[in-house]
Amino acid sequence: MVPLYGKTLEELKSIVLEEGLPAFSAKQITEWLYKHNAESIDAMTNLSKKAREQLSAKYTVGLVKPEKVTESADGTKKYLFPVLANRYVEAAYIPDKDRATLCVSSQSGCKMGCLFCMTAKQGFQGNLTAGEILNQLRSIPEFEKVTNIVYMGMGEPFDNLDNVLKSIQIMTSDWGMGWSSKRITVSTIGLIPAMKQFIESTSCHLAISLHTPFDDERKTLMPIQNVHPIVDVIAELKKYRFTDHRRVSFEYIMFDGLNDTPRHVKALVKLLNGLTCRINLIRFHPIPGSPLRTSPDERIIQFRDSLTSKGIFTTIRASRGQDIQAACGLLSTKALQEKGRQQ
Amino acid sequence: MKKWNEFDYDIQRVISNQSIAPGSYILKFKKITPFLAGQVVALGISRDIEPRYYSIASGENDELISILYSERVEGQLTPMLSMLKPGDNLMVSKPFGTYTQVKPSPIFIAAGTGIAPFISMLMSNKAKGATLIHGARYTDYFYYSDYLENTLGNRYIRCCSRCEQGSLFVGRVTDFVKQWNDLDPERPYYLCGSAEMVVETRDILISRGVPVSNINSEIYF
Repeated sequence: MVPLYGKTLEELKSIVLEEGLPAFSAKQITEWLYKHNAESIDAMTNLSKKAREQLSAKYTVGLVKPEKVTESADGTKKYLFPVLANRYVEAAYIPDKDRATLCVSSQSGCKMGCLFCMTAKQGFQGNLTAGEILNQLRSIPEFEKVTNIVYMGMGEPFDNLDNVLKSIQIMTSDWGMGWSSKRITVSTIGLIPAMKQFIESTSCHLAISLHTPFDDERKTLMPIQNVHPIVDVIAELKKYRFTDHRRVSFEYIMFDGLNDTPRHVKALVKLLNGLTCRINLIRFHPIPGSPLRTSPDERIIQFRDSLTSKGIFTTIRASRGQDIQAACGLLSTKALQEKGRQQ
Repeated sequence: MKKWNEFDYDIQRVISNQSIAPGSYILKFKKITPFLAGQVVALGISRDIEPRYYSIASGENDELISILYSERVEGQLTPMLSMLKPGDNLMVSKPFGTYTQVKPSPIFIAAGTGIAPFISMLMSNKAKGATLIHGARYTDYFYYSDYLENTLGNRYIRCCSRCEQGSLFVGRVTDFVKQWNDLDPERPYYLCGSAEMVVETRDILISRGVPVSNINSEIYF
């Protein structure tokens, strides 16, 4: 059975054409899927009974419930979703006063091999479809409460660009969920060709994993620096106009003694000169076997103040869900993958 | 120069596309832009298929550029690359990437086609005193082994995960690195291969006392 959830209007037009149904049925189906939250084809009552029976023979809405939820003392929830055979992804729901952010995964595992990330340790299992990405939003009980989505879960979104763009198209189109693109942020380590396509084809916010302004240090932390150096990424970003309406921000994990010195502040200011942007400082959440340690809080505050005094809007991101391994860099389904392989 | 999926590219004629082991090939075309050993090019055969990055596997002074690749049956590009014949067109980006600075006496660790940048560095005489640890499933997949035996002698270590006991180390690269008596934490380590192999090898090196600043990795994605 082929899932309909995650199909664009264009794709649904092809399906109804193939089934010999009226062309307008495609629009009706998108409304049932993305506006009325139908869970079955049968519930799409403005389609004829015959059309529903015909579609049900081959298709299903295809929503998948999370298999497990873990709740943090701070209210963060981590949801576990099955995707492909014996593969899982995690999504983190982070409520905060009048906002509720959902951090979604775009891949099962990751190919990028960043030194500080738990997902890297499970290798790469596969890309998620647009439906599997959106299902992480649609199938949690707090679906209606989510105000913002960040593509900062497992995987590198721009290594699965087509499905990420498709999921954004469904979220932001009038025929889809009708979300404002201002509610969506996609994070990347800086795959330049895909980043350019993203900037030119959406209005969503962009977040770049920066972590150090120095080439040799960044190579140690992130192998991608060998292919797309951060200077090239920034040079590319400077060709576009970012504002408060369409932000570019830089993620900067604070590592004790590695990237938290005045020398780094100076180099960051130089690197980002001429770009309207902000920096999010993130505490490093230790992972097993890692030689890295998080910077002490007072140094993080000092770092923020130094950057702020140089005119770069800098915030310190609150650590959420650390006690349930839902915090930044801790998402992993390796154990489940291995269990699945043994069965 | 034309634009294709954000890359500047030239159309190149394939000079040769030789099968060197089941499912593995060396593709050759003329060098028109100089490159540095360790750099990559994006390759494609039509605008409809996403370009993929490949490390160059030839010396900086060679007239031809060699690309070592494995056909991935489920892939979009490699099944089509494998069908290319001499004279066929190929879309080739300018060389790019900075996996190019090699410190003296490096230790190269590669799996499968991850050996490509190290071949380029060796052929360009940019890897004095190098040791190479190469992992493959079967002996057929120790690419360039004649050249490497001649060039590196006993500093060329082959790890064969599906071989019978014999002259080669039986097991994966990671098994070898775990128990390698000559591991020297002071030497620079260069890793290239799949994410899984690189991350696991990097973790082992760190656990054996190699500082992270001595480990430089390139991952195939």
